[in-house]
Amino acid sequence: MPETGAISASSLDLVFQTRGGPVHALSNVDLEVAPGEFVSFIGPSGCGKTTLLRVIADLEQPTGGTISVNGMTPGEARLKRAYGYVFQAAGLYPWRTIEKNVRLPLEVMGYPARERAERVAHVLELVGLRDFGRMFPWQLSGGMQQRASIARALAFDAGLLLMDEPFGALDEIVRDHLNEQLLALHARTGKTVCFVTHSIPEAVYLSTRIVVMSPRPGRIIDVIDSTLPQERPLDIRESAAFLELASRVREGLRAGHSYDE
Amino acid sequence: MRTVLSIATICLAVLAVWYVGAVFLNAKWERDQAARAGVGIGWAEIVPATMSQERPVLPAPHQVAVEIWKTTVEKRITSKRSLVYHGWITLSATLLGFVMGVGLGILLAVGIVHNRAMDLSAMPWVISSQTIPILAIAPMIIVVLYNIGISGLLAKASISAYLSFFPVAVGMVKGLRAPDDMQLDLMRTYNASAWQVFWKLRWPSSLPYLFASLKVAIAIALVGAIIGELPTGSQGGFGARMLNGSYYGQVLIIWSALFGAAICAALMVGAVGLAQRAVLGRTGQMR
Ligand SMILES: Nc1ncnc2c1ncn2[C@@H]1O[C@H](COP(=O)(O)OP(=O)(O)O)[C@@H](O)[C@H]1O
Ligand SMILES: [Mg+2]
Repeated sequence: MPETGAISASSLDLVFQTRGGPVHALSNVDLEVAPGEFVSFIGPSGCGKTTLLRVIADLEQPTGGTISVNGMTPGEARLKRAYGYVFQAAGLYPWRTIEKNVRLPLEVMGYPARERAERVAHVLELVGLRDFGRMFPWQLSGGMQQRASIARALAFDAGLLLMDEPFGALDEIVRDHLNEQLLALHARTGKTVCFVTHSIPEAVYLSTRIVVMSPRPGRIIDVIDSTLPQERPLDIRESAAFLELASRVREGLRAGHSYDE
Repeated sequence: MRTVLSIATICLAVLAVWYVGAVFLNAKWERDQAARAGVGIGWAEIVPATMSQERPVLPAPHQVAVEIWKTTVEKRITSKRSLVYHGWITLSATLLGFVMGVGLGILLAVGIVHNRAMDLSAMPWVISSQTIPILAIAPMIIVVLYNIGISGLLAKASISAYLSFFPVAVGMVKGLRAPDDMQLDLMRTYNASAWQVFWKLRWPSSLPYLFASLKVAIAIALVGAIIGELPTGSQGGFGARMLNGSYYGQVLIIWSALFGAAICAALMVGAVGLAQRAVLGRTGQMR
C-alpha cells in the first residue's frame, strides 16, 4: 500500500453564509500531515482553527479545495471511525459515570463487552483516573473531566486524534501536567495528533510542527518544524532552542495581525 | 423543620378561615329556623349549631373528617357507601388513562423530533386539542366511544389520556431536543446510528423533562377520570359520588369525595416524585 499522508489538504476554502454576510473562515489552506506527527494550530480567536479541525472531522463541509484523511474523504474517514475528537469543553454525558462515558464510543462501535472493560480500564489508567471510574462528571474537577474526555477519545482504535483547545479552560499547573502526559501518550501510541491552542509555549512544547494561522480570512501564514528532540522534560522550555521557536511563532502571529489594525 | 412549621401554619390558617366561613354561611338557616319557631337566637346559640347541621351550606372541617372516616374505615371496601370502593373505580381509570396518555405523548414527541413533516404539522393539533373545554368534549367522546362498543373503564381512561398526553408531548419534545450541539457532534464523530443517538443521548437527556411532565400528567389524568364519570351516569367513582351528592343535596358527600380525590392526587404525584428520585437522584441530576 502506498504511504498516504494522514491529512492532506490543498486550496481549502470555507465560507459561512451568515446573516451579517459571508464569513471567510478558511482561505486557501494547504496542509500536509504525515502519520505520527504532532501538529499544533495556533492563532488568535476567529482564525478558523476550530473550523479546520471540524472540516477534517467531517463536521463541516468546505466550500472549495480538496482534503483527504488517511487517503479518503473526511466523510469516509468518519464512517470508518478514523479519528477521536476532543472538544473544547469536556462534554461528558452527565447521567453516565466516568467509566460509562469512556465506554460510550465502544458501545456505539460495537466492541465486545469484555474488551470494553479492558479498554476502559486501560485508558483511565493512562490519563490517571483509575480510581474515579465510578464517579459522576459533576464530582470531578474541570481538569479531571477533560482528562476523562481524552480517555474517551483514546478508548477506540483511531490513528488520528483531533483536539480543540482541550486545556484552554485549565489553570497553568494542571495544564503543564496534562501537556507532559499528552506528550508521553503521543510517544507511546504513535497516533497522529492535530492540536488547537492559543498558547505559544504549549504549541512549542508539544509539537513536531506548528501551523501559525491568522484571521479575516482564516489562513495559514507560517509552518514551523520543531528543532526540539523527541524527549522533552518540562524544563526544556527554558532552553535556547525552545525560546527561539517561541519567538518565531510570536513573530508569525504578529505579522498576521499587523495590517489588521 | 421550617417547612413542616410553615406548612402547619398554612393548614391552621385555612382551617380557621373555613370554620369562620361555615359559621357565617350556615347561620342563615339557624336564624330562619328560629324565626319560624318564633324564638330569639343569639351568636352563642348559632355558632355551635352551625357546626353540626345535617345539610349545611358549608360543612365544618370536622364534619368532613368524620364523614371521610365513616366512609373509609367503618365501611367494607366492597360497599357502595365506601369511599375506598369509589376511589378505586376512579383510580383504575386514572392509571390506565395515564399510561395511555404518557405512551401517546412520548410517541408523538419522538415523531415530532425525528420527522420534519410531523414537526411542522403535529404541534398545532396537539395544542388546539387542549383549547377545547374538556367539559364540553368529554360527553361527546363518551358517546362516540359507547357507539363503537367502548364504555366504562376504557371510556373514562380515554378522557384521562386525552388530557394527560399533552404535558408529556410538550415536555418530551423539549427534552428530546435538550442535547447540545457538542453532545450531538460527539455521536456524529462515532458514526452513531439514529437509533443509538436516541437511546444513548436523546432519551437520557429527556428524563428530567419527562418526570416534570409526569407530575402534571398524573394529576390531570385524575381530573379526566372524574369528568369522564359525570356524563355517563356512572355507577361509581369520585365523579359519580359528587354528582349524587349534588342531586340529593348531600354536601358532605361532595366534600368527602373532593377530599378523597385530592388525597389520591397528592399520593400519585408523590409516587412520581419518588420514581424521579430513584431514577435521577442516583446520577446526580436532581440537584
Ligand atoms: N457555524 C458557523 N456559522 C457561521 N460562522 C461561523 C461558524 N463557525 C465559525 N464561524 C466563524 O468562522 C470564523 C472562524 O471560527 P473558528 O474556526 O471557530 O475560529 P477559532 O477556533 O480559530 O477561534 C469566525 O469568524 C467565526 O465567527
Ligand atoms: Mg475555536
